[in-house]
Amino acid sequence: MANTILVVVEQREGKLNRVSWETVAAAQAIAAETGWTVEAAVFGSGISSIAGEVAGKRVAKVYALESPRLAEYTPDGVVAALKQFIEQKKPALVLMPHTYQVRDFAPQLTTALGRTLISDAIAFRKEGDKLLFTRQMFQGKFAADVSFACEPPHFATFQAGAFRGDKAEAGASAAPVETVNVDIPESAVRTKPEAPFKEAKQAVDLTQAEIIVSVGRGIKEQKHIELAKQLAEALGGEIAASRPICDSGWLPMDRQIGSSGQTVAPKLYLAVGISGAIQHIVGMKGSRSIIAINKDAEAPIFEIADYGVVGNLFDIVPALTEEVKKAKG
Amino acid sequence: MKILVCMKQVPQKDAPLKLNEGGTWIREDVSYEVNEPDAYALEEALRQKEKHGGEVVVITAGPARAQQVLREGLAKGADRAIHLDDNAFVGMDAMNISKAFVAAIKDDKFDLIFTGLQSDDYGYAQTGVIMAELLGWPHATIIMEIQKSDGGIKVKRELESGFFQHVGMPLPAVLTIQSGINKLRYATLLGIKQAKNKPLRKVTLDEVKSSLSDNMQKVEKLYIPQKSKKTEMLEGSPAEVAKKLVEKLRNEVRVI
Repeated sequence: MANTILVVVEQREGKLNRVSWETVAAAQAIAAETGWTVEAAVFGSGISSIAGEVAGKRVAKVYALESPRLAEYTPDGVVAALKQFIEQKKPALVLMPHTYQVRDFAPQLTTALGRTLISDAIAFRKEGDKLLFTRQMFQGKFAADVSFACEPPHFATFQAGAFRGDKAEAGASAAPVETVNVDIPESAVRTKPEAPFKEAKQAVDLTQAEIIVSVGRGIKEQKHIELAKQLAEALGGEIAASRPICDSGWLPMDRQIGSSGQTVAPKLYLAVGISGAIQHIVGMKGSRSIIAINKDAEAPIFEIADYGVVGNLFDIVPALTEEVKKAKG
Repeated sequence: MKILVCMKQVPQKDAPLKLNEGGTWIREDVSYEVNEPDAYALEEALRQKEKHGGEVVVITAGPARAQQVLREGLAKGADRAIHLDDNAFVGMDAMNISKAFVAAIKDDKFDLIFTGLQSDDYGYAQTGVIMAELLGWPHATIIMEIQKSDGGIKVKRELESGFFQHVGMPLPAVLTIQSGINKLRYATLLGIKQAKNKPLRKVTLDEVKSSLSDNMQKVEKLYIPQKSKKTEMLEGSPAEVAKKLVEKLRNEVRVI
């Protein structure tokens, strides 16, 4: 497997996490430039149907790593399974989606293998025979090209949205699936997970909103949230926020947009005083139109905005609210 | 409980950053602050100590300026501090920083190690998990709650899309703490005064060097990201900008 890219897809309770298709698309794109072979692995218990689903894509082979100890996710169980498998197969490159679950086990896996992980990459580039991975640094203010300086296998994770899942090519015929029964000793798993749960039912479903006015740190004080609320009201939209605002209790947690909150794609996303940290961007970059108002012209939010205003939101937002009211009569 | 909190000094959130001449890193003449998730990790450690007793130790790696985050930690209530004092730590990958921390605490016996869930500069989200593996301890990431239980702890992990999960685990263990797990305290004047007399141990690069390896990954180049989208910037007085925006909302975005 020396010239193989291994994609480790993610499943939970028998359902494939769709972000896995993005990783398959990334692997196919890297393969197109390197000539390497793409294979995939899925781990769990009773996962043959998921393995079959992945085998429909243009991959050379799919491995189903099966163990009753993988029925519930634990980092120890997954690391035990993947470590054996990777040591035996020796792929050149292992790719995974940058999900919370992968963040939980991947650094343990690479450390156990004496390797390193380039996490949260958004793109790759081939320069000579070197693969460079692009990642955002300093909250998206800079990008960095990062290379591996160790022997393979190399490990990288891709940020959600970095590649398009619908670009993952289907194969001409289904790829072969090989079931690998992995042996995980009971003593290897040190943590006891309980079933995932949701806290109080979500009061607002922001995914259905057509217009969202979202506030970030730039709003400075709780009492100023009112300015954004008035704008949202005038536009007939919902109010939302980036994580720090909800962490401070200025708006309830169910108003949070981003990787740990809701993912939205409204007609209009109006970002007020939001700098555009990666964790926020992943939750709203699919919006049809994005307007950003921020005092910092260098704020990463302007990278993805359709319309941008650099200025003092405390002047601009009330003026805009008035103008919207006038326009609506 | 004896808790170690790993803290990092990062550029201030709204500090304008410039690239160095080689385009390999930022120019370091900027204002710095405590990496925000680490502040929550420290707060959680202090709350656990207030509940169960014990000791809170803060650790950081970086040049002399990085000591400020330890001073802040001590002022808020940490009992002592460890400073891996060398500029070389700035350029180390997560594996080497983890190895350096593990070497620096080899004579301590901690029950728990906390880190913030990720740093605001590199944003790798790896150091805590790597330390756990180097120490042979279990870990859990993105933690929103910690309770003592029989023979260990029970933590609440944040999952994606609004889901959570309780996980039981033995001690010692490493936890990466989510921002917003608690409300941050301010240092009191008395705290700041007392911090001056609290022990701060300096560790030189030489003391941990034998535990380190070559970096396994390398930042080749740092640059301003290329725009993927064409952004139309609207200028003028607030009233003019408001008019222009409404025109866009009516004719382009079509929500009015």
